[in-house]
Amino acid sequence: MSTWTAGLIILIVKLAVVLVVLLLLAAYLVYAERRLLARLQIRLGPNRAGPWGLLQPLADIIKLLTKEDTVPAGADRPIFLLAPAVVAGTALLIFAVVPFGAGWQWQGRPIPGVISDLNVGLLYVFALSSLGVYGVALGGWASNSKYSLLGGIRGAAQMISYELALGLSLAPVVMAAGSFSLVDIVQAQANYPFLLTQPLSFLLFLISGMAEIKRIPFDIPEAENELVAGYHTEYSGMRFGLYFLGEYVTMVVLGGLVAVFFLGGWRGPWLPPLVWFFVKVGAMVLVMIWIRAALPRLRYDQLMMFCWKFLIPLALLNIMAVGGLLLWARA
Amino acid sequence: MNQQRGNFLQVFFRAVTGLVDSFAIVLLHLFRRPITEEYPEFKRVLPARARARIILTRDPEGEERCVACFLCSAVCPVSCISMVAAEREDGRRWAPWFRINFARCIYCGLCEEACPTLAIQLTPHFEFCEYDILTLVAEKEDLLVDHGGKNREYNFYRHAGVAMVGAKGTHASEAPPVDLKSNMP
Amino acid sequence: MTLYAAIFYLLGLVTVAATVLAITRSNLVHAVVYLVISFFGTAMLFYLLGAPFVALLEVIIYAGAIMVLFLFIIMMLRLEEHRQNGGALVRRWLPALVLAGVALGSLILLIIAAPGSANLLPAAAASPLEFGRALYQRHWFAVEVVSFLLLVALVGALYLGRREAETLIASPKEEP
Repeated sequence: MSTWTAGLIILIVKLAVVLVVLLLLAAYLVYAERRLLARLQIRLGPNRAGPWGLLQPLADIIKLLTKEDTVPAGADRPIFLLAPAVVAGTALLIFAVVPFGAGWQWQGRPIPGVISDLNVGLLYVFALSSLGVYGVALGGWASNSKYSLLGGIRGAAQMISYELALGLSLAPVVMAAGSFSLVDIVQAQANYPFLLTQPLSFLLFLISGMAEIKRIPFDIPEAENELVAGYHTEYSGMRFGLYFLGEYVTMVVLGGLVAVFFLGGWRGPWLPPLVWFFVKVGAMVLVMIWIRAALPRLRYDQLMMFCWKFLIPLALLNIMAVGGLLLWARA
Repeated sequence: MNQQRGNFLQVFFRAVTGLVDSFAIVLLHLFRRPITEEYPEFKRVLPARARARIILTRDPEGEERCVACFLCSAVCPVSCISMVAAEREDGRRWAPWFRINFARCIYCGLCEEACPTLAIQLTPHFEFCEYDILTLVAEKEDLLVDHGGKNREYNFYRHAGVAMVGAKGTHASEAPPVDLKSNMP
Repeated sequence: MTLYAAIFYLLGLVTVAATVLAITRSNLVHAVVYLVISFFGTAMLFYLLGAPFVALLEVIIYAGAIMVLFLFIIMMLRLEEHRQNGGALVRRWLPALVLAGVALGSLILLIIAAPGSANLLPAAAASPLEFGRALYQRHWFAVEVVSFLLLVALVGALYLGRREAETLIASPKEEP
């Protein structure tokens, strides 16, 4: 019984630590993105709140929490109020299967470096990201605004399309690792990261992942110059903050997933595993910010064409090629 | 469509170089000095005709230029100017009180354009925010300055508004009278 | 009652309640949301019974993809709420009631009469590997037939969409 309670306490402490770290990371990712994006555009970025503007996330949170929480007339109230929580919740829950360290020992008890080592972890990621669509689509529908509705419809179409490419791009990784578990996938990269053997899968995953989290070359659902702010046009205060939080948490999660699937997760020489994991996530996030600074937004038909006529066929060919190579290597 | 000329390789090459170019340029920007001017530390000198706080100016003799004609008040699109007109013993009109509600003013500059005596003028001074909106209502003593603003020489009463003294052609910006009895130019 | 049994009954209750609500809502979007909750509950039940693979497939395919398409179409069509007049209530519900009664009756008959209903099936944890083996080694022909059917459906949808697109593009030419 005491071992059971100790395990429960360890689990709860770990959950709390991961949640706090994830939320802090998301908050400071906003700051980092604004500063870095500004420098990439020869601007300065926020530098007023605290030294070098380091308290800017705090100021933003206070502002969002104290702002009026409006519900537009004619909105579907319960759905309108709940939709942002779906986005933020699914984003946070995905991180439960991402292994972030090699594991530790505490009083002779092993603490795994992951919250839950699900043997179908990869499918869990897809399940939650496909549920995240509801936050976007329902939020857009419930706002009773044409811009929001268009943003929601675009979001739903884009996310279910790119989910296919996302899944197909990961099939070769699963074939090479022989498991759906993210921990096993990291274990399978003990000698070399999958990036070296499957660069095409990496590119496909990064592109469709960025489309899935609606980052800038693919931010059609919230295209500012057509749809005001897309599906979250009518949101204010902390409900808007939840959408924002969800967006940046998914950015961290995508960085973590890329690290796990292609960069060897927490593996790396010299540095401790946790540091390696954060270095890899940070590198991926910086790349995403760089892409945001460099590329313009796609048009809606280009987006769909790119997914269905380019990414998905390429991903299918990639699966066939990798499968053939694996069979050949095994024979 | 014109850009898609050429065979597949050319198109592909052009697309890749385009992508690489944009990434490289953006990355190079990281090492350039930001062009941002940080406001409270660095204050850019605004042009003299920048439109911000409104003043009431005086003519070179030190008299108020405003003749309380109500043109500015009439033209104001947000109706933020109000005044009362009066007449001095020597026949000169003036405004006993003159009020501008800067909380409503949109700094469009139409009052300045309408003013026949150059009395009302907009200045580049824009830093007068207040926490209490009622403190933004400016009375005449807040508006009146003791200089001529953008044109220090101009005096309306040298051109119009008073009984004519002196011979024809001796006044400011007045051509000498034409001699009707001569054909010579 | 163990903890797992309690969770099972709770999930079952949630699933049934969400399904009932999904049927009775007049607002289509609300119905879709309740149906998603029902699918989610079913997935949790699968997970509880030791089949995480099936559970997640249920979420990905039914809750994640098919219901999003439903929602997509409902949002696009922007249907007004369909108010039913109460007059012919019995006549409209009669076929459904009869069919549901037949299904329920046969279920009860099965439970009472069937010889195998007394002993429980052993809980089988289907790992993705075993699932894939069973599907592609033993039932490969069925999988091929199903995929061929889907291909036919895809080609048909493409054909229909193509005709539509051509007429749409061609129509401006006809009106000079």
